[in-house]
Amino acid sequence: MSEKQKKATAYWKENVRYLFILLTIWFAVSYGAGIIFKDALNAINLGGFKLGFWFAQQGAIYVFVILIFIYVRLMNKLDKKYGYDE
Amino acid sequence: MNDVQIWTYVLVALTFSLYIGIAIWSRAGSTKEFYVAGGGVSPLANAMATAADWMSAASFISMAGIISITGYDGSVYLMGWTGGYVLLALLLAPYLRKFGKFTVPDFIGDRYYSNTARMVAVFCALLVSFTYVAGQMRGVGVVFSRFLEVDINTGVIIGMVIVLFYAVLGGMKGITYTQVAQYCVLIFAFMVPAIFISIQMTGNPIPQIGMGSTVNDGSGMYLLEKLNGLSTELGFAEYTSGSKSLVDVFAITLALMVGTAGLPHVIVRFFTVKKVKDARKSAGLALLLIAILYTTAPAVAVFARTNMIETVSNKEYENMPEWFKNWEGTGLLTFEDKNQDGKIQYVANKSQNELTIDPDIMVLANPEIANLPAWVIALVAAGGLAAALSTAAGLLLVISSSVSHDLVKKIFVPNISEKGELWAARAAATVGVIIAGYFGINPPGFVAAVVALAFGLAAASFFPAIVLGIFHKKMNKEGAIAGMVVGIILMLFYMLKFKFGIFDGGKEAVIGLKESWWFGISPEGFGSVAMVVNFVVALTVNRFTPEPPKEVQEIVENIRIPSGAGDASSH
Repeated sequence: MSEKQKKATAYWKENVRYLFILLTIWFAVSYGAGIIFKDALNAINLGGFKLGFWFAQQGAIYVFVILIFIYVRLMNKLDKKYGYDE
Repeated sequence: MNDVQIWTYVLVALTFSLYIGIAIWSRAGSTKEFYVAGGGVSPLANAMATAADWMSAASFISMAGIISITGYDGSVYLMGWTGGYVLLALLLAPYLRKFGKFTVPDFIGDRYYSNTARMVAVFCALLVSFTYVAGQMRGVGVVFSRFLEVDINTGVIIGMVIVLFYAVLGGMKGITYTQVAQYCVLIFAFMVPAIFISIQMTGNPIPQIGMGSTVNDGSGMYLLEKLNGLSTELGFAEYTSGSKSLVDVFAITLALMVGTAGLPHVIVRFFTVKKVKDARKSAGLALLLIAILYTTAPAVAVFARTNMIETVSNKEYENMPEWFKNWEGTGLLTFEDKNQDGKIQYVANKSQNELTIDPDIMVLANPEIANLPAWVIALVAAGGLAAALSTAAGLLLVISSSVSHDLVKKIFVPNISEKGELWAARAAATVGVIIAGYFGINPPGFVAAVVALAFGLAAASFFPAIVLGIFHKKMNKEGAIAGMVVGIILMLFYMLKFKFGIFDGGKEAVIGLKESWWFGISPEGFGSVAMVVNFVVALTVNRFTPEPPKEVQEIVENIRIPSGAGDASSH
């Protein structure tokens, strides 16, 4: 394997690792907190919201936005590290 | 003519001339400008255009209404239609931009080195886009007929002419910059009444917080607590709990998320930016702009529901305010005094309930119910039109490029000149508008239902093929084609059987078939099952067929690296 290919493979591995972590959070806030564990979380109140309901109609969406921006930052750093930025 | 109508005419005329002005200024001169706006759109402009493209009449008019009637169950739309952007940003957009072609069938055709794959993709793109665009035209008609008192059909035709004008003239370039303007109009139109009503009901100007605050009547009660009380009193499920099964909520949310990421008119937007880096950033900005509306909608739903129940429940029919009579005139609100007591009984029990409310009127009537000034009511009409027109234009572009680029240039007339291709694109867009308008005027009963299912179709066909094309280097054409074909046929079958009752004697049979849903999953959620089947079929077939040629594997390696994206091109 050439030097160039090794670099590309390493870059891809790190990228996939980031995706795995971010998508786990994506799944946890929507399908986890907003759907599967909704009833349990509804026992907790956040101001006038029941927590499970809040995740389903508000919280999950905020987390989605934050996740993409974290991804943008991580990838920009990764591109620099491997010299792929332009 | 009353105040509201004058304001509506003024605002609609102003916004429409703005859209037309932009279209003339940014008309397309080359196929590249027509398909991907020249490829130099800034991430912010692209994000605004994506947001307007994405937020349709369904998001603007129907969604808050559906949430207000179904409570927690409506969360499927909120999470589904936003969560898909995470998949889009992380799994698709950057790589498709690096690939650098004009359309989604282009990617499928080249990545799977096969014109059969390309044809299957064109078929899926047209099916998804046509079902979706007909619903938009209908939305335009509804807004026109209620606020300007023109006939619904005249409304549809006015909408057709406007869209025709800027989509055909401007292509992607014209559409992109009109969508930027349309985003501003629609978000302003959605937020202003929401903020007004939030202050009115809770004293808090931020609707997202207002919805979780205490009511402004001195009782110290939380708004949601009050609404839960009102709902259960009338026999409805508790607003914050809902009544759908967990499995179905899960499946629908997944189908909508994956469908969002697989919709061709959203994906192509990311071909218009300059670099891979811009594609990522643009997806984040787009979701941020979309989230403004999507986190406000559930608040609007709570306000509208509470207001509605308090205004009508057990009140004398004689004393109903003017808006009530107005909406009765459209047939979207009906009252039948079953027990002849002159009062409105609005309850869950179907044999005693006297009021039927179409969810579509909740957003449109909301400012009237809350007694807001005439210009705010007119603003909502202009916003609804912006939402419907921007989405219709985006879909028409997919239709026209699928035909002119993927069919005419790539398959039937490969040596067509640039000019010829541009004319083919314009002709295809024109035919597309006419067909969409026809369905808007003569909705074949099932249009509204099919719009929701467009997501299922996108989830069942495109998403697995694209994801595997990027993340599985050895994925071959046999696997991808088999997956797409099986996925879309399965989805169509389930839809026809359980949504239209085709195999069991028609529409009437649909309710009875609910018991036999597979795994308890509704047709709306079945896209997630069809998607999984698509993945399984694709991977299985892939194991027993030859691996893709070396060049294709090199393409895959290449799209995984962000640098050197270059311009989007046709070859």
